[in-house]
Amino acid sequence: MLRFIIRRLLLALVTLAFLLVVVTLIPNIAPGDPARKIAGGTASPERLAEVTESLGLNDSVLTQLLDLTTSVLTLDFGDSFSVATGEPVMSLVWTALAASAKLVGLALLVIIPISILGGLITAYKKDTWIDRTIINIGIALSAIPDFVAGVFLLAFLAVPVDFFKVQGAAPPGAGVLTQVQHLLLPVLAVLMVYFGYIARVTRSGTITALDSDYARTAFMRGLTTQQVFRNHIARNALQPTVAVLGTQLGYLFGGMVALERVFNYQGVGNLILTAVSRADYPVLRAGVLAVAVIYMLATLSADLVVAWMNPRTRQSLGEN
Amino acid sequence: MTVTESHTPEPTDQSEPAALAIDGLEMSYVVRGTPRKILRGVSFEVRPGEAYGLVGESGCGKSTTAYAALRYLPGNGQIDAGRVLSGGDELTAMSARQLREFRAQRASMVFQDPVQAVNPVLKIGTQVAEAFEVMGQSKKEAMASARRALERVHIAAPESVMERYPHQLSGGMLQRVVIAMGLACDPTLLVLDEPTTGLDATVEAEVLDLVRELRSELNSAILLIAHNLGVIRTMCDRVGVMYAGRIVEEGTVDEVFDNPSHPYTKGLLNSIPRRGLQKTDRELFAIPGAAPPIGASLPTCTYIDRCPIATDLCRTEVPPIVDRSDGHWTRCHHADRIGDVPDPAEVTVEYDIGTEQVIGVEGVSKTFRQRGHDVPALVGVDLGFAEGETLGLVGESGSGKSTLAKTMLGVHAPDEGGAITLRGRTMADKATSRIDESVRAISMVFQNPDSALNRAWTVRRILHRSVVKLTGLKGDAADRRVEEIAEGMQLSSRHLDMRPRQLSGGLKQRVAIARAFAGDPEVVVCDEPTSALDVSVQAAILNLLARLQNEERSSYLFISHDIGVVRYLSDRIAVMYLGRIMEIGATATMFEGVNHPYTEALLSAVPNVDGVAEDRIPLSGSIPSPANPPPGCVFHTRCHRAIAGLCEVTEPEMVQLSPGHSIKCHLTVEQLKEPIKEGASEALAAAAVELAD
Amino acid sequence: MSGTSDTGAAAPTPQNPDAGAAEPTLSTPQDPDEGSKPAAPVVPGEGRKQIRKEQFRVLYTSPGFIVGVLIVGFWVLASVFPGLLTSFDPKQFVDAGPRVTPSGDAWLGTDRNGWDVYTRVIYGARKILTIAPVATALAIVVGTFLGLIMGYYKGWVDEVLSRVIESILSIPVILMAIVVIFTFGRSTAVIIGTIAVLFVPAITRTIRSAAIAESDLDYVMSAKMRGESGFFIVTREILPNVTGLVVVEGTVRLGYAIFTYTTLAFLGFVGGNVTDADWGIDVSQNYEQIAREIWWPSVFPAAAIASLVIGVNLIADSFDKAVKS
Repeated sequence: MLRFIIRRLLLALVTLAFLLVVVTLIPNIAPGDPARKIAGGTASPERLAEVTESLGLNDSVLTQLLDLTTSVLTLDFGDSFSVATGEPVMSLVWTALAASAKLVGLALLVIIPISILGGLITAYKKDTWIDRTIINIGIALSAIPDFVAGVFLLAFLAVPVDFFKVQGAAPPGAGVLTQVQHLLLPVLAVLMVYFGYIARVTRSGTITALDSDYARTAFMRGLTTQQVFRNHIARNALQPTVAVLGTQLGYLFGGMVALERVFNYQGVGNLILTAVSRADYPVLRAGVLAVAVIYMLATLSADLVVAWMNPRTRQSLGEN
Repeated sequence: MTVTESHTPEPTDQSEPAALAIDGLEMSYVVRGTPRKILRGVSFEVRPGEAYGLVGESGCGKSTTAYAALRYLPGNGQIDAGRVLSGGDELTAMSARQLREFRAQRASMVFQDPVQAVNPVLKIGTQVAEAFEVMGQSKKEAMASARRALERVHIAAPESVMERYPHQLSGGMLQRVVIAMGLACDPTLLVLDEPTTGLDATVEAEVLDLVRELRSELNSAILLIAHNLGVIRTMCDRVGVMYAGRIVEEGTVDEVFDNPSHPYTKGLLNSIPRRGLQKTDRELFAIPGAAPPIGASLPTCTYIDRCPIATDLCRTEVPPIVDRSDGHWTRCHHADRIGDVPDPAEVTVEYDIGTEQVIGVEGVSKTFRQRGHDVPALVGVDLGFAEGETLGLVGESGSGKSTLAKTMLGVHAPDEGGAITLRGRTMADKATSRIDESVRAISMVFQNPDSALNRAWTVRRILHRSVVKLTGLKGDAADRRVEEIAEGMQLSSRHLDMRPRQLSGGLKQRVAIARAFAGDPEVVVCDEPTSALDVSVQAAILNLLARLQNEERSSYLFISHDIGVVRYLSDRIAVMYLGRIMEIGATATMFEGVNHPYTEALLSAVPNVDGVAEDRIPLSGSIPSPANPPPGCVFHTRCHRAIAGLCEVTEPEMVQLSPGHSIKCHLTVEQLKEPIKEGASEALAAAAVELAD
Repeated sequence: MSGTSDTGAAAPTPQNPDAGAAEPTLSTPQDPDEGSKPAAPVVPGEGRKQIRKEQFRVLYTSPGFIVGVLIVGFWVLASVFPGLLTSFDPKQFVDAGPRVTPSGDAWLGTDRNGWDVYTRVIYGARKILTIAPVATALAIVVGTFLGLIMGYYKGWVDEVLSRVIESILSIPVILMAIVVIFTFGRSTAVIIGTIAVLFVPAITRTIRSAAIAESDLDYVMSAKMRGESGFFIVTREILPNVTGLVVVEGTVRLGYAIFTYTTLAFLGFVGGNVTDADWGIDVSQNYEQIAREIWWPSVFPAAAIASLVIGVNLIADSFDKAVKS
């Protein structure tokens, strides 16, 4: 098992290294002068030189890469240029991550039980109208882009109904319940988008388990439906679901940028978006890498849970 | 339109009700809205303590009947008519709760594939204990019972096995565990559905021994489903032969197998090579036509389209039950004319084997590198093929048969020092570097035709490509050759335009054989070519292979786990164990006189359809992993004739016992002739804990 | 690769449609056997043409397919012949005046510039329906090629490329797209290229698994034994067996492409003017007015996006069912 973890970590590091290279290259290969983008068209040559120097663009690419690696390891990306001039980049990133974490956390609390339940119901009632209805609704909803769902919710729930708030962020200093209240609509949008997919994966995993020989053996041995489910189906059926949740969780950090914009929510996605539009490289770099690291952690955790659920995977992955 | 006749079982003279009584059972599967009939009125009884076998080919409904015995229907199955009773209680009328109780306390089922039948994420102990918990025991009691149950099925060190997960156990071991679970409730009825299909011969024999032993200890009645007639004969008291959802003949095993009274039974028995039959004696009988698909509407006698003695009467009236002797009956209008059913044709052609060696396998070894270990899959294999000769290759899992086949065909390169030769010239290692003549010279027929034929290609394209690539013919000449080959395999031009998924198993295999012969090969490697086919189809394919060999003068390397089939087709036989040839000799000499101890055990393990009781030589332990071969003679760990101090130290050389017959063993002919002493090997009784890799 | 399944974009549609058979769960009895006189074709069913016909039949009669085609068909019509559906110009100040609610004169209302929302929605279809399909087609071609190569040859090429793929997949597509477009500019070529490149990894992964599975089958080994070249095996033996999968992947990816493009438009990362008729741009320009109860200039374009993606996904789903039948 330990070998498995080490191996996955190494793979993650390789992936991260590749990303570091890409991130380093961006300002170097972008057409146009990055310093000018930051400092503005009217900046003086001295100012431009200053910016170029502080961006590290006068050094070789290799030096830049090493500097970036150091930044990652020390968690110091310098100060922001244009998003919040002078502010340390990492503090901006932490704040944004915290905000995203609240959204993602609340979303998971809602999505996981509802989607899994939906998947289980459709599996046990396979091919009935319940099954077809739920699945079709799921498909239809999941096709809708996050910001479109957000706009619908905004127009038809937030504005007419007082309870639902237009802004995803509560006023500063607000209590937990108020914060939750503000996040309700964004979370609802995320649910709409993810329900169908996760329910479907659960459904197919459960059906496979129900059709399996060992489930049949259990029935033949005289176990009740609940017993069969608890002892045999659950652990097997949910493995694909866990795996999928890992990936989706990873994407929720940063992938919801458009939704964040609709609800004016300062999550990581929004931060990166702002950084890009204002050419604030340090913030951009830190943001992108943060998102990548979170994704890798999420998928690693999911793989670990799946491996724990399946002793065979546990063994074979350890030896690969 | 099927007319069924409920055959009320004869009143038993025991006071106890039958352990299982099926009365006029009709069942259908509903596929896309249409019900398709699978059982057309099945009636039989299994008395307490007796073993009843149900035998038939694919699609006859025997598995469905087995499941019905515990009233288990798949999602789209329905009972149209009839009843199922056990111990006097009517299962078909029970409530869900009563049914659960019945399954928990009174009946058990063992399925075909033990690997699938157990939950991969739970420990063995937990699962076996579950069978006891269902009967009301507490967790602690159940664990203790589980331990006892595993001991009962001769699993040594049950505590450690209980801590393992299913993927860590071998197939044979798992089947024992499943049997242990099945016996938890001391059932009155034990149903076994193809319990040993897919297991190696020696493992199969062990499992069957176990069932026989347990049977005498318990009072279970047994319903055994199998397509292997030998298994039925050695395990059961009575047998029912099923065809197209009906039982067509029933009686004691001796009666039915020695005096078949129904044309189908007779045809079936004539399609397997019995009593040492060889290709030079007779052809095998291939029942013409095909089994009707599920749901077909059949005339009154379901067998009529394939029956050699059928008349119009068979089409209009339901064939009656005709009693032949005590308890032996058949369902036929013309039971008296059973003698008119033809025996298979005698073979008149001469099988002429050349003297020169065409293909040689010289000192071939093959070692794989897996996760840092060296795995010797083949060690020092020496074989030769003369023109027109069939060399049979027998061996269990891990023996290296498939590796040998692939090495000959250039998929693997032999280790340094070994060579595959064609008429004396060494062939290049990999198929892509071989010259055309070498590529042409060896071809292969695979076991699984679904995997071996490209599903996206038509039959014509499959054959055409091989012709073009292997013979260099182009255009019209190539087309003509394709049609020629197809005709030789009795494939019509309609078949040529089809895709593999539209063909039956037998037809697909014909295409595969046609493809193998496209380039006019010297040697055709047949890797279990009939293992996936029903016996009647197998007979046709074997006849075809024999005929082709005669016409084309090709040699075969015929790999099979079925000793009867190997014996039928082969001129010489080689036995492999852990990558080494243990014995090789002419077929006749292999089956009389002495053999290598492994061969001896192997031959004794085969369930004989002729009812000749062989003294079983149980092998202890399990096949070692090829990655860790035992020192000295690799077979010594399981050998019932091992000589301490010699066999575990030195690997024996190939020794010639008589011209053309060699074995790799330290023992002399005299020593091998001695009968085995009781308890000769201490390890015989208790099987060691087996670990799968 | 990691055991997790992928999504290309922030909000995925289901990747693996349902398992579970409709046939009996017991060992389904096999096809009829055949004796020594194979008389008529023994097929328990149909001829070759009939299998294809059967697949099409499943397709045509499935309600999802029909609805999907209707929706997509409508938008295709709108993109090719917008003039047939509306008489106005998307930047034309209409008589009804600005900020008019949906009514007889302006079916979907007008926005703050006085432009007819319905017209803008109709004209907005064109950009999406040019960019998304082209990007998808590009991605499919490259992805299938890579997937086949990696799946058949394996070896170090597979290892290296798999790492690259994982890297790309570790960032949500939207973010990657934003960064790339920021770097290279907003021309249509860049947008198409970006979307295409970002979808290649997911497609490659799917095709690669299929290629690996096929390579394990005996017919591939039989081809090797014949001395066939790798190129032949990949293109003639394996590829025909994955075409169904390619078709399904293609339609699913098309849905994602539409979705990604509209999101990029919403975020302001596409080329052209902010006044061009583009659904994503329209939503981004007008959504803030929802708070002032002027919902129609943003909600209708949003609804158009939703309907197109749903339509494409319905078609993808019915292709999937047809291929599996």
